[in-house]
Amino acid sequence: MSKFKTFPKGGIHPPDNISSTGDTAIRNASLPTKAVIPMSQHIGAPAKCIVNVGDTIEEEQIIGESAGYVSVPVHSSIPGKVVEIKDIYLSHGKTSQAVVIELGGEFKRMGKTQQAKSWSSLNDDEIIKKISSMGIAGQGGATFPTHVKLILPEGKDCDYLLINAAECEPYLTSDQNLILEKSEEIIEGLKILKKLLTPKKIIFAIENNKMASAKAMSDAVAESDLDVDVEILKVKYPQGAEKNIIKSCTGREVPSGKLPLEIGMVVLNVETVFSIYEALVFDKPLVERIVTISGGAVKSPKTLRVKIGTTYRQLLEECDGLTEEPVKVISGGPMMGFGIFDLDTPVTKGTSGILFLTKKEVKAAQQTSCIACGRCIKACPMGLNPSEMNKLTLNFLFEEAQDMGLLDCMDCGSCAFVCPAHIPLVQSFRMGKNQLRAIMMEKKGANR
Amino acid sequence: MIDMKKMTVSSSPQIHSADSTAKIMWTVVLSLLPAGIWGVFAFGMTALIVILVSITAAVASEALLGLIDKKMTIGDGSAVLTGLLVGYNMPPDLPLFIPALASIFAIVVVKWSFGGLGANWMNPALAGRVFVFFSWTGSMTKWLLPSMNGADAVTGPTPLGSLKSAYFATSLNVSGPIEFLQSEGLPVTYKDLFLGNIPGSIGEISALLLLLGAVFLLFRKIITWHVPVSYIGSFALLIWIFGGLRMGTGLFSGDVLFHTLSGGLMLGALFMATDMATTPLTEKGNIIFGLGCGFLTFLIRIYGSLPEAVSLSIIVMNIFVPVIDRYTKIKGFGKSTVKEANGE
Repeated sequence: MSKFKTFPKGGIHPPDNISSTGDTAIRNASLPTKAVIPMSQHIGAPAKCIVNVGDTIEEEQIIGESAGYVSVPVHSSIPGKVVEIKDIYLSHGKTSQAVVIELGGEFKRMGKTQQAKSWSSLNDDEIIKKISSMGIAGQGGATFPTHVKLILPEGKDCDYLLINAAECEPYLTSDQNLILEKSEEIIEGLKILKKLLTPKKIIFAIENNKMASAKAMSDAVAESDLDVDVEILKVKYPQGAEKNIIKSCTGREVPSGKLPLEIGMVVLNVETVFSIYEALVFDKPLVERIVTISGGAVKSPKTLRVKIGTTYRQLLEECDGLTEEPVKVISGGPMMGFGIFDLDTPVTKGTSGILFLTKKEVKAAQQTSCIACGRCIKACPMGLNPSEMNKLTLNFLFEEAQDMGLLDCMDCGSCAFVCPAHIPLVQSFRMGKNQLRAIMMEKKGANR
Repeated sequence: MIDMKKMTVSSSPQIHSADSTAKIMWTVVLSLLPAGIWGVFAFGMTALIVILVSITAAVASEALLGLIDKKMTIGDGSAVLTGLLVGYNMPPDLPLFIPALASIFAIVVVKWSFGGLGANWMNPALAGRVFVFFSWTGSMTKWLLPSMNGADAVTGPTPLGSLKSAYFATSLNVSGPIEFLQSEGLPVTYKDLFLGNIPGSIGEISALLLLLGAVFLLFRKIITWHVPVSYIGSFALLIWIFGGLRMGTGLFSGDVLFHTLSGGLMLGALFMATDMATTPLTEKGNIIFGLGCGFLTFLIRIYGSLPEAVSLSIIVMNIFVPVIDRYTKIKGFGKSTVKEANGE
């Protein structure tokens, strides 16, 4: 038995492929000469564009206003001039309005010494407001506006604050590298969150293939006056999925269809905590993030600090280009990331990695019919029956599929990864969930 | 530098495990080869011809049906595997239309008519064997002695076949099957049973080589321990408790080793009852399936009139798979109770 904690049911073991960018230093990517900054970088209402073509923009100026409660503003990552406002395709295939800014003028922050500010005098409302106005959204990939998670509803307490540094997606090492360099800053961020949420316990969870980062964090905790449990978890995908990491660390199970707060949990990605720190201590909005550029086709894989709006094309050049022709270019991790078709796609707040995968890594094969091997059932971390659910969704029996737990599926891809028949299960479930939500909306409307 | 038009844009996950249907099928074929080679070595060229005819008939049927469906599926290896298993379940010397017919029945009736690969609910190879067994019982029960024992093409009964007569004897004075066979002038040792120095179906005689093949499949994670262990385990337990009754030696005196090593148990429990399509989906379901097979095999072997029991037991349990699947659902994450499908 492994001494490391993990979730009991399901999960898979894809090769982690983190050696090429793991324990290395983060380098700054060069500035984009033209930054393409989408208004829709978070889940929820896209920001409302408030600049026009021809406007001169300062570094970190707000260019898109928050457009509702579940929404955050968008800031410019570079100073310059708005040259174009257009609709572009984002990595997930949906379109968004984007502001194109041509680099020019003076940076007010970059290259200058910064004055740390004290945040301890701020009250809870002011902290939340700061976090939301600095445009912070979860940087683990789902990009849920962070302030929404931090407002505890009446009668709900936060028992645990869980910091998710599992980074269970293969290839990605941006969290791992950030922890190595910024553990003290992350501790400071945790202090801010502790004041805000008053959790009974803070857990910092990381997988056991990133021991240097785990040690850096433990050391930083030991030197600080903050009480944090650094929990080392077994490497198993999807260890970093919210419900699974809660189960691994605390044994608690988020009820089906409910949010973690239901059982007193707040879960935040580690880079988000770092951004909260920068927002509170330096008034710095979310205009840059750490991105892993990796994959078998890339000549020199790197972890880079990238200005939002930088194109994938530029980042590939920064990694010395390709060694061989890839078959897929991925935004995000290989398990849940999106295949992209345009290298001019910009980095957004949720872009944790860009991968150039070779044929050998992708391992595509001819699809056959289901041979009822049951591997998908064994792999599903949610305890679902993907094989049966797939048959239902393909026959448009969406409500029947929901009886089997379709909406509990989180698209982690474990089932499709192991399926020997190479059935595109996740694709089927995505379609099914969309259709199901439409049906549910319709029913709601009819009842009114 | 990079031609984005050539990039694959597909739904996640973007990477895949190295396994595929074809790889699984061909790996199972590979794991079965040693036992078959031993069969050919023991029974001579006729055995090889039987195997080849079975495979050819199976593949030809699949190809023909593929033409009708405009879907060529020979490459996935499943037809070859079915043909191979049919061949392994045949006696080494019989009219060749019998294995051919068994393969055709397996592919056309059992597999294709229910929807092809993965949709059949009964093990095709076993169904094919049972079909020809009840149609041409005489040819299907004519056994060759292994050629290592002397002259070629000498026929003789299988250990289990001769043992059956003991059950109907009025008085017996033996300690168990081995001694009984000795008294009948058909001496056999545990070593013969284990290595495969006995008459029997082509692919079933060498327990050793079948076990090695199964260990390889376990290692490759193509089969799991659940069915073999629950099948052989429950069978052995029942034999130990009740197997001695009909030999006149009382309870708890059954010869476990003799029974587990003879007949088609190893081939059946390791390679046929582990067929993915015709067994339950969950681990719990597979254990129940194995227990059922073990019980039925025991029942037919000791109290039935057939000497063999494995094929029938497995295909009978195949019928129960949907029921087993219905009652062995796994509990979903975050659900306090399993929601049973309300049978309206």
